[in-house]
Amino acid sequence: MTVHPFRNRAFRAAALPALAAFGLALAAPMADAQTLRAVKHSALRVLDPIMTTAYMSRNHGYMIFDTLVAMDSDFNVQPQMASWEISDDKLTYRFTLRDGLAFHDGAPVTAADVIASLKRWGERDGMGQKLMTFVADMQPDGDNVMVMTLKEPYGLVLDSLAKPSSNVPFIMPARIASTPSTEPIPEQIGSGPFKWVADEFQPGVIAVYEKNEAYVPRSEPSSWAAGGKVVNVDRVEWVVMPDDQTKLAALQSGEIDYWEDVPADLLPIVQATPDVETKILNELGFQTIFRPNHLHPPFTDKKVRQAAMMAINQKDVLDALVGNPDLYQTCAAMFVCGTPLETAVGGEDVAAGTGMEKARALLKESGYDGTPIVFMHPTDVSTLRTQPVVVAQALRDAGFTVDLQAMDWQTLVGRRASQEPPANGGWNAFITNWVGADVFNPITNNMVNGKGPQGGWFGWPTMDVAEKLRDDFARAGSVEEQKKIAADLQAFAYDEVMYVPLGQYNVTTAWSSKLDGVLDGPAPFFWNISKSE
Amino acid sequence: MGGYILGRILAAIPVMGFVALFVFLLLRLTPGDPAAIIAGDAATPEQLELIREKLGLNEALHVQFFTWIGRLLQGDFGTSLLSGKPVAELIAARLEPTISLALTTITLSIIIAVPLGVIAAWKQGTLIDRFVMALSVLGFSVPIFVIGYVMISVFALDLKWLPVQGFKPIGEGFGPFAERIALPTLTLTLLYIALIARITRTSMLEILGEDYVRTAHAKGLKERQVLMRHALRNCAVPIVTVIGIGFALIISGVVVTESVFNLPGIGRLTVDAVLARDYPVIQAVILLASLIYVVINLVIDILYVFLDPRIRYA
Repeated sequence: MTVHPFRNRAFRAAALPALAAFGLALAAPMADAQTLRAVKHSALRVLDPIMTTAYMSRNHGYMIFDTLVAMDSDFNVQPQMASWEISDDKLTYRFTLRDGLAFHDGAPVTAADVIASLKRWGERDGMGQKLMTFVADMQPDGDNVMVMTLKEPYGLVLDSLAKPSSNVPFIMPARIASTPSTEPIPEQIGSGPFKWVADEFQPGVIAVYEKNEAYVPRSEPSSWAAGGKVVNVDRVEWVVMPDDQTKLAALQSGEIDYWEDVPADLLPIVQATPDVETKILNELGFQTIFRPNHLHPPFTDKKVRQAAMMAINQKDVLDALVGNPDLYQTCAAMFVCGTPLETAVGGEDVAAGTGMEKARALLKESGYDGTPIVFMHPTDVSTLRTQPVVVAQALRDAGFTVDLQAMDWQTLVGRRASQEPPANGGWNAFITNWVGADVFNPITNNMVNGKGPQGGWFGWPTMDVAEKLRDDFARAGSVEEQKKIAADLQAFAYDEVMYVPLGQYNVTTAWSSKLDGVLDGPAPFFWNISKSE
Repeated sequence: MGGYILGRILAAIPVMGFVALFVFLLLRLTPGDPAAIIAGDAATPEQLELIREKLGLNEALHVQFFTWIGRLLQGDFGTSLLSGKPVAELIAARLEPTISLALTTITLSIIIAVPLGVIAAWKQGTLIDRFVMALSVLGFSVPIFVIGYVMISVFALDLKWLPVQGFKPIGEGFGPFAERIALPTLTLTLLYIALIARITRTSMLEILGEDYVRTAHAKGLKERQVLMRHALRNCAVPIVTVIGIGFALIISGVVVTESVFNLPGIGRLTVDAVLARDYPVIQAVILLASLIYVVINLVIDILYVFLDPRIRYA
């Protein structure tokens, strides 16, 4: 039996004069069995999953939008909104929309909506941009069929459309998808399993979704973003809580049902809490990376970059960042351990932490003149503030002069866009983290982009060989060929030190045992979950 | 009096103008790029440039400033760069939790702290006085988040009397509202009790040493009458000043308390906006905070007249 607090004698006698003054008689319990309350890793701010790569926007996209095809947990592409046929010459893809697809405003999903959505995605997303360079034309063939014609065979058409992480090619109504990709979409109308409750959205406080009663899920079991998206709760609330201790207490008291990212140091407490379950839902985890700026000395010198890489010991970084060896792994694979493209080639020393002597020798050989490394250090993000300290010390041990500059993450984000020399507001190095699914092949992995200052990612290496290998990968006709090219690219990227993977770590999710059917995936999914009283 | 109030209100205009200019320039000089925050990690410099263009961040500073001021004068606070929601709407949604917390905290603090301060002064040097002062030191010294966690642990997790976190508007019922505002109020009240009780005690001690108090005692007035009628009333000015400043402090944001109890108040809005470089939101919130300080100072000044007849404004 639940004793209502304000009717409890002990409570009344207790020293709560404020409440006594209020003279209260309180209302009904707040729990609602059909509402799933989740605390996410961050607040939802930008409601356009194509304009931004922010993971919260991607997660929002998975709630209200659907995808043409989807990747399952075995990395195979499966039908979702559409099935497909490929012509013998591999130049024509016919996507046929399944029956019963409708947007939240009741309008049916048509091929025109698909085309408009893919065009907008293709302007923003790296893998989408690559795909569009191969696409000659996309045309409707009636309302339910979209025909994509290629200029030449491209092995990653389906992989691109099934891309599981940012930016996911979500399908929107054509009128919404016609919004320029540099402007946020004006409406939140999708055809996904949940509907957006606009009136209850408070940025930084709460985002609310209701079950889309009209959604017709596929009949196959759920697997990552593929299979049936069966919604078993009426409503999902994403509650923003800035404080980890409060999240812990709220989970323990039953005020929330789901906590997406339990910090490693609180995990033992969470695991010891009755009626709470924990699991790593995203086995690909996160790859933490060191990125040198190739535009300015001393990292314009390959030997200096190699010295920096050799000085790094992944285990030291991961011990400081995560601590619990169950939640991290040293990993040399640029395209992520646990994927079909996993290989250690080129990264053996950095993964094993055995390169310090080589680092010192390389630095000496390079004639490094002591130019300080301006190393940006974000101190306000718990998953990014530790690595720079460890890496900076390793660099110093190797003989580098390091200027570790503390700043908040947003300052770093602004400053890293500067291509100026460090003395004029630029930089030499920073560290960031990527969701494994964002970097698990040469096309999605921005760090092996060799386009340089025009079209490359921050750090801007100009490496034609890398671009050639990425093109070869895109054209590869078989998985075996893809693996070989990816290994070649990784070896090249390590040799040139395009970037340095610092290892992989996992985040544990916790949820109340009232929940059943929580899915694994590269993003948190809220279909398939049921909640008992 | 009317002329004085009008003069103070008019004087607030240049103050607000200066604050507006200062905040605007400070934000533009702070490193960070809202476009980069919106676009995310994978954005290329070209994409960032396009977004900056759309947001008007590429305009000259003076153009941006006068555009903002022009809209402000028409009552338009602009829209959030990130969420696209009107800033006025964002602030309005955060005002109720903050004002509720301020009112409950200040009310409770006054009810407890003023009598404590009076008693401590009256019983100076006794165990009661030492106890009140020890409580004061404790209230000042223990960080708010520690008090908050202890409150949550005891009242929410162990006793299960109150919820851990969150806020319910009073429109949804007084019960749910009070349930959720109780713990943050109690937490913050400990700090304010410490502050107000100390000021009350110090002021009372000063007044209790005055000749007219001695005279009151000499003519045989009861202790209670001396304390309440002669001493406390003359202590009102410093106490009201502290209460007013305390109220303004809460209104302009108590980030730690709001974070620990997950209250969606002005403090969290401000911090979130600063971290996201959401210029229109930061500018509006700081202007609002400045306005609150100006108004509360004005109210305090007016109260002085009623509390101390010796004070008169030309």
